[in-house]
Amino acid sequence: MQTNFTLAQLADPHVAESEQILRRCVHCGFCTATCPTYVTLGNELDSPRGRIYLIKDMLENGRPADEEVVTHIDRCLSCLACVTTCPSGVDYMHLVDHARIHIENTYRRPLVDRLIRNLLAAVLPYPARFRTALGLARLGRPFAPLLKRVPALRPLGAMLDLAPKSAPKVSDSASPGIRAPGAEKRGRVAILSGCAQPVLDPGINDATLRLLARFGVEVVVPEGEGCCGALVHHMGREEQALDFARRNIDVWTREIDNGGLDAIIITASGCGTTIKDYGHMLRLDPAYADKAARISSLARDITEYLSTLDLPRLEPKRLNVAYHSACSMQHGQKITMAPKNLLKAAGFTVRDPGEGHLCCGSAGTYNILQPEISEQLKARKVRNIEATKADVIATGNIGCITQIASGTTIPILHTVELLDWAYGGPKPEKIPAR
Amino acid sequence: MADTISFLKPREAVLSRRAAIIADLTELLPPECLVHEARELVPFETDAFVSYRRLPLAVALPKTTAQVAAVMKYCHRYGIPVVPRGAGTSLSGGAIPQEDAVVLGLSKMSRILEVDYANRTATVQAGVTNLNISEAVGIDGFFYAPDPSSQLACTIGGNIGMNSGGAHCLKYGVTTNNLLGVKMVLVDGTVIELGGKHLDAAGYDLLGLVCGSEGQLGIVTEAVVRLIAKPEGARPVLFGFDTSEHAGACVADIIGSGIIPVAIEFMDKPAIEICEAFAHAGYPLDVEALLIVEVEGSEAEMEAMLKAIVEIAGRHGVKTVRESQSATEAALIWKGRKSAFGATGRIADYICMDGTVPLGKLSYVLNKTSEIVDRFGLRVANVFHAGDGNMHPLILFNANDPEDAARAEEAGNEILKLCVDAGGCLTGEHGVGIEKRDLMRHQYSEADLNQQMAVRYAFDEGWILNPSKVFPLDGRPAA
Repeated sequence: MQTNFTLAQLADPHVAESEQILRRCVHCGFCTATCPTYVTLGNELDSPRGRIYLIKDMLENGRPADEEVVTHIDRCLSCLACVTTCPSGVDYMHLVDHARIHIENTYRRPLVDRLIRNLLAAVLPYPARFRTALGLARLGRPFAPLLKRVPALRPLGAMLDLAPKSAPKVSDSASPGIRAPGAEKRGRVAILSGCAQPVLDPGINDATLRLLARFGVEVVVPEGEGCCGALVHHMGREEQALDFARRNIDVWTREIDNGGLDAIIITASGCGTTIKDYGHMLRLDPAYADKAARISSLARDITEYLSTLDLPRLEPKRLNVAYHSACSMQHGQKITMAPKNLLKAAGFTVRDPGEGHLCCGSAGTYNILQPEISEQLKARKVRNIEATKADVIATGNIGCITQIASGTTIPILHTVELLDWAYGGPKPEKIPAR
Repeated sequence: MADTISFLKPREAVLSRRAAIIADLTELLPPECLVHEARELVPFETDAFVSYRRLPLAVALPKTTAQVAAVMKYCHRYGIPVVPRGAGTSLSGGAIPQEDAVVLGLSKMSRILEVDYANRTATVQAGVTNLNISEAVGIDGFFYAPDPSSQLACTIGGNIGMNSGGAHCLKYGVTTNNLLGVKMVLVDGTVIELGGKHLDAAGYDLLGLVCGSEGQLGIVTEAVVRLIAKPEGARPVLFGFDTSEHAGACVADIIGSGIIPVAIEFMDKPAIEICEAFAHAGYPLDVEALLIVEVEGSEAEMEAMLKAIVEIAGRHGVKTVRESQSATEAALIWKGRKSAFGATGRIADYICMDGTVPLGKLSYVLNKTSEIVDRFGLRVANVFHAGDGNMHPLILFNANDPEDAARAEEAGNEILKLCVDAGGCLTGEHGVGIEKRDLMRHQYSEADLNQQMAVRYAFDEGWILNPSKVFPLDGRPAA
């Protein structure tokens, strides 16, 4: 569609990129149909097309963000279902990223909102702080209903609700070092430990390390890596996000130089989407652009990498698995068949829940910052999953695991935990005895 | 912004009362159902006919028929124009508002109320999407037949307003042939019901009148639609030709021989390339024109029909014939076709024409269309419902170049006149909207138009319902 930017505006590379994205949109409206917030709220303003239009209007007029625009951009889950749907190839992801940075730079949020966001940004990306916070959250849980009664404090209530009820087990899977292959060596990879996942569910990377070792892959847990930056990136805090990215790029580049890497393995698809975008995020940084592009090209979801290993087909098991495709998996990374094919090959019966394209409402910190919409999406997701009458749920993102687990009694596991079990690992504790 | 097509001058009496009107609407609707902040109105200024834009006065997003009625009653009392909106996917500007209008959006009324297999009907709210109906009943072996390419997003209310068609309408008919009843709010807020679960109702066929009336006779809030049992099997087959003439003549011959496939879709080379790049459906890239012919029924029925079609195609020098080999492949073939317009956005801006011509004139009109577009120095991609002669030339242009945009519009008008002159009509399924409004006199005599306007006047003598659309602005009866 038509755009109205001055040459001076277009001199800003971020504006220039957004202009190119906007030019592709033909305003057909297909994206509205698969947008979780439009489906839930029924308002154009809470649809991708509406947001694109709000962003266009704001950027064209060179305006600071205001309450109206912020309300509707904040409601966006960044699930990217619209990107999958869009026939015109509108790069909504980078447009909304730009809008979020613009909001962060030009809009002063109300005090409580600001404090909550500062708290999230200061705690979640740092495992030690997050672990301490979870301990405090267990103590604070009785106050959750009280907090939820004050609209501005609902995010705090949601946070307490989401915290695991018991302390997660401790594991050394995130300790730096090299894990030697348990069979003839056929590859060498680095694995991202990340930030929230090793605290919430270290069993995921335990299973990954066992499985990779069993199939002859040497795994490096590099010293010094940390949060991928996604959490703050989605809050528009770009400098902080880029600092996280640069640190990880330095760490992985060092590993590439010392011994080489076939891939950088990521077991949380939310992180995978961001790491695969490092090349774009740092494209304007001459010192990092090339290195970042190289890291992005090596980033693989664990299921992508496992698909290259030709794992043997196993006898069918009598276990029905509902596969929940995380948005960052199916829309962000366009990985749709690999996880299901791996599960089927390992003998599981895979069921596809209805409305699989719709987000579960987790979306990074969305379930904390937008608890009402998130709850509705969770209920809808759980309804669709339970309709499959599956024994367990498999998915590839820690955010979805936490979110969905808080709404159903069907056990939910990471895909790789089921695969590790099938290929000789211990039976996950969550699998029901029969 | 393009400006050849004008809108009615906003009513001063309405504009000057803006604050009071918004205050009153706040009384009638819950807070989440009213949009009136300046910034928030901007995304409602247009639909999929994005060359034209007008900000509305306010947007009402009611959740119930009672709320729709309350808003209508209020607007009627104060002479405030009302522009109904479904999903805003109109290609003719049917949902573009104007400065003195309240947009009445049905997007919050998106529930399926009842499915009645014994009577083969579904009762739905007007804001439900077309595809949602088929998805809801698909598991039980039924579907709702009219399938506009925007069926993923467009609403049944909008379909009724425009009497929408789609690829599969060749066999099953357009919206009016699949609509059994509506609940409708009249201009003064009165709620009426037309039709029902039966095929014909006593008295005048007002339902037939309402379907295709572009939101000018009332606001449909619920609809009873006919459900159809899914065929035993369905298979799209690709037929590639060296020239558009051969493909066009083949279509006329298939229909002329008495065969009615479910769909016959046409794509020319530019359209094939655009759709293949998006959908990777395996469309042949070495042909000038492609027909997607879908047959359905039992294996034997499909075989027999295909055999006859292949024979006819052979007489027209068909170059490649390829049957879809799997359900996935069939889905991709349709995904590519149904995304054709949006996918065109990858290479250029476009406006989409909607003229319908007699089948015998397909080749002639295709050739003339190329000539017209060439003369304006523009490009065209053709992708359309060939089986019922409903053509969709997509005229490609650069929206950031005002002269290019004006040329595209002019070329489009010539093409539509060409369709009428060839014995066809201005619109097959997208509706008149504002896009074709000023061409209506090319199609109709004054007497024809006056009679249509008399009907409209009988429903809405103040001309407040979607007032800038359908009829040329001059020569209307005084409101």
